[in-house]
This record gives sequence, structure tokens and C-alpha cells, in this order.
Amino acid sequence: MTESNIAVSDAPLLRTPLHALHVAHGAKMAGFAGYDMPIQYPTGILTEHLHTRSAAGLFDVSHMGQGFLIGPDHRTTALALEAMVPADILNLAPGRQRYTQFLDETGGILDDLMVTRSPDPAEDGVLMLVVNAACKDQDFAHVDAHLPANVKLIRAPHRALLALQGPKAAEALARHCPDTASMPFMSGISTKFDNIDCHVSRSGYTGEDGYEISMRVEKVERVARALMSEPEVKLIGLGARDSLRLEAGLCLYGHDIDRTTSPVEGALVWSIQKRRREEGGFPGAERVQRELRDGPSRKRVGILPEGRQPAREGSEIVDQNGAKIGVVTSGGFGPSLNGPLAMGYVDTVHAIIGAPVQLVVRGKNLPAKIAAMPFVPNGYYRG
Amino acid sequence: MSVRYTKDHEYIRIEGDTGVVGITDYAQGQLGDVVFVELPEVGKRVGKGEQAAVVESVKAASEVYAPVSGEVVEVNSALEGAPATVNEDATGNGWFLKVKLANAGELDSLMDEAAYKAYCDSL
Repeated sequence: MTESNIAVSDAPLLRTPLHALHVAHGAKMAGFAGYDMPIQYPTGILTEHLHTRSAAGLFDVSHMGQGFLIGPDHRTTALALEAMVPADILNLAPGRQRYTQFLDETGGILDDLMVTRSPDPAEDGVLMLVVNAACKDQDFAHVDAHLPANVKLIRAPHRALLALQGPKAAEALARHCPDTASMPFMSGISTKFDNIDCHVSRSGYTGEDGYEISMRVEKVERVARALMSEPEVKLIGLGARDSLRLEAGLCLYGHDIDRTTSPVEGALVWSIQKRRREEGGFPGAERVQRELRDGPSRKRVGILPEGRQPAREGSEIVDQNGAKIGVVTSGGFGPSLNGPLAMGYVDTVHAIIGAPVQLVVRGKNLPAKIAAMPFVPNGYYRG
Repeated sequence: MSVRYTKDHEYIRIEGDTGVVGITDYAQGQLGDVVFVELPEVGKRVGKGEQAAVVESVKAASEVYAPVSGEVVEVNSALEGAPATVNEDATGNGWFLKVKLANAGELDSLMDEAAYKAYCDSL
């Protein structure tokens, strides 16, 4: 028996500040984005996934890249970032957060990221960025190379990041950090967890209500242990993080989106606000505006295989006559869905919810249907 | 009753001229939650070391190889509706297929239980 899709690299793996805690809790560790990360704990991915959907899961995401953009005022900093991303940052209110993408000159996606405007009036002109671990060095070099002289990027490797996700995340966190209870989805505050300074945003990547908590590296173990002692909370590994985000219809960079895909093809138009669609002024705007006008040639869609067999990344998508119309970019088994699910790109004429397609798995064609995403309803807190 | 093991963590339990093939308890632990098993057609001839089945966990698909050459004479169809049986009882009800041995001499190249245990401890 052999597993086919374990990533292999010769470089020594980095460790997050919680590495020893993961090992002590029996985590199965593996390389991910250059870090030795917990894939699952002894109870397994299925249990971890379902626990996160029913209670609260604690994820160590300290491998992700955190940084601050600092300029003289919000307008200056926002416009500097808008030169790299298609989201409306200028009209982002204090303490509000947005999802966006770094684009290259052809509109291809260099990475996706979260941007939060500091809620503190004394920090006008400060934006917090969280980027993917695998891309962070390139991202920060890219940002450095494109900033005007009066806006600086300060990388924050001294900060760790936890995600607390699930319908009971709010009540568990509120015992340590009461002012997080009423935060709206996609907002951020500076606050204290017990007596520890942290930035908390109400966001995440599981489709559930939840938070991301950023604090100094030397404080993260205290925060993690305090949360783990809450009855609702269980440690969750990257395996369940992947199945949770797939059920939520969220993209994994390097798989579902990359330099060859535009945000329009990637079905991320919702993240490009009206002003930017009309004005452009970001890398690749010509392509993005053309695709918005004429439609892209292919589009990211959800796919539900019939039956029980999963179709993995790389499986061809073919039409009823067996002609290739696309490819699966993420696929697996959804524990909450209790069945297989996938996302991938198909020629736009086939991107119709309910349309029958076939997925080629080990030489056989599995019947499937184009499906709406998210695959399971999301539980975001809307106040 | 004699059981032999491969380095790829398949077992074969010899019952007369037939062997019952599955994956070991160590293997199911490494895989995690099994969500799908693809079994061969009865009557298929497999060569030693050739792919005989596929087992899928939440995170990955893994190939299961035939420990010996022979003809598939029975498959465990119950796994289609209850793949988690592989996790719960890998060496009992979680078996994959039965193969009629083409060459019993091939068993000599496989590990016995003590050798397999030592092999797993070394991993």
C-alpha cells in the first residue's frame, strides 16, 4: 500500500511556536509550505472536522505570513495596496476586513490574502495583512518592490496566529475576551485575551463562525492552552482544515487558484467591489474587466460526484460524450456532507448548476453534477 | 493459520490454496478514516506487487498491491457500504479480497508476524 500525494522536499522544515504542543498531543506531523505541521491528532480528520462544525476547533496557523502596511494616512496606504489588489481598500472602514488577491500584470493570482484596517484612530494608515505560508516570502518581496516611498511593509514573524472556528467559538472566546462576542463577521479589534495583547478578527476559512487571533510568539502557548481548556474546544489539524474549506467552497492557493487563473475565472468576482470593477487601476485590470464584460472562457465550479467515490485533484472533467471540458483542482470526501465533493474549472458553457458531467478516475468515468457552493451552509455571524 | 506481510503493509492470511488480503492495522492507522474502497472484479488475475484495490481516506487515495500472484475469487462487497470497517477491524471483517494462489512459493518472500512487527517498529 502506498500513498501517492505526500509532498516531499529536501529543505529542513520550520516549526511554529506550538510545535512541541502538537507533538505532545499526538499529532501526526508532515511538511506543509515549508513547516512541520499537525495534519491530524489521534481522533482523526473525520472527528476533527465534525467537531469543528458542531462545537469549536482550534487551529495553529502561525505558519501564515503576517505583516503591517504603514503609511501616513489611510488614503495613502490604501491606494498603495490597491495598486496590487482588485478590492476596494480605500472605502474599507476602520476595523473592517476584506479578502482579496495579489494579481500579476496579466491578472493571474499571485496569492490570496486578508486585509484588515486598524480600528484604532491613532493607527490611521495601518493595514494588517495575512498571506499564505507558501507564498509569504514572494508576497512580501512583491509588496516591497511596489510600495511608494512613504508606505512601509513591516513583516511580523514575531507574531503567531490561531484560528478558533465553529458555532461555539464565540462563547468559548468570550470567557477570555468578552469584547469579541458582538464583533460582526469580517471585522477586527485590538483587545486583551486574559491579560495578553492580541488582534482578533471575526473570520476564518472553514465556513463557520469563528475568529483568528494574532499575538506575539511568546504568548501563543498561553492563549492556546487557555482555549484548549474550554470544554467546547478541541485541537484540529490541517487535514480537517482542508476538508472544512472545501465544503465551504473556499479556494486553496496553488490548487484552486494560481498565476494561470484570474479572479473572474476563479469565481471571486464578489471580492472585487464595484468601484474597482469600473475604475480598474490594478494589475491585470484589462483582462479582469474584459472577462467581467464578455465572460471568462472557463470558470471555477463545485462538483458533486454521484455515489461514494471521491475524485481527487487532477481528475479530468469530461462531458456526456467523453470530451474534456475541465479539470478537478480540489477533491475529496466531505465529512459533514457525508459524501464526495470537488471543485474545478470547466469551460464556461458547462458551468451551469445541475448540469451532468463525468469525472475520470483511474480510467473510469464517474457521473457527477455541477453544484452550487458552499456545499454545506456557512455559519458566519451576521449580528 | 499462517499470515504473511508485505513492506507496503498488506497482509495475506492463508486458508488452504486461497489467501485473504487486506491492509494491516498499522496501515489503517496511518491512513486515517477510510471513506471509500475500490475492489477488483472477481476473476481478475493479479501479479505479485500489482495494484489490486484502492483505499481512500479523507485526505488521499492509496493503492493496495497483491502480496502474491493469483486469481481474485471473492471480494468483500460489504466494504462498499461500510468502508470504516477497514479502520475498525482491518485484519478481520475489513478484508479486501481473496486470491487463489498461483504460486505458493511466493509466500516465502513475505514477512512473518515477528518480522513485520520489527519492520513497523523500525519505521
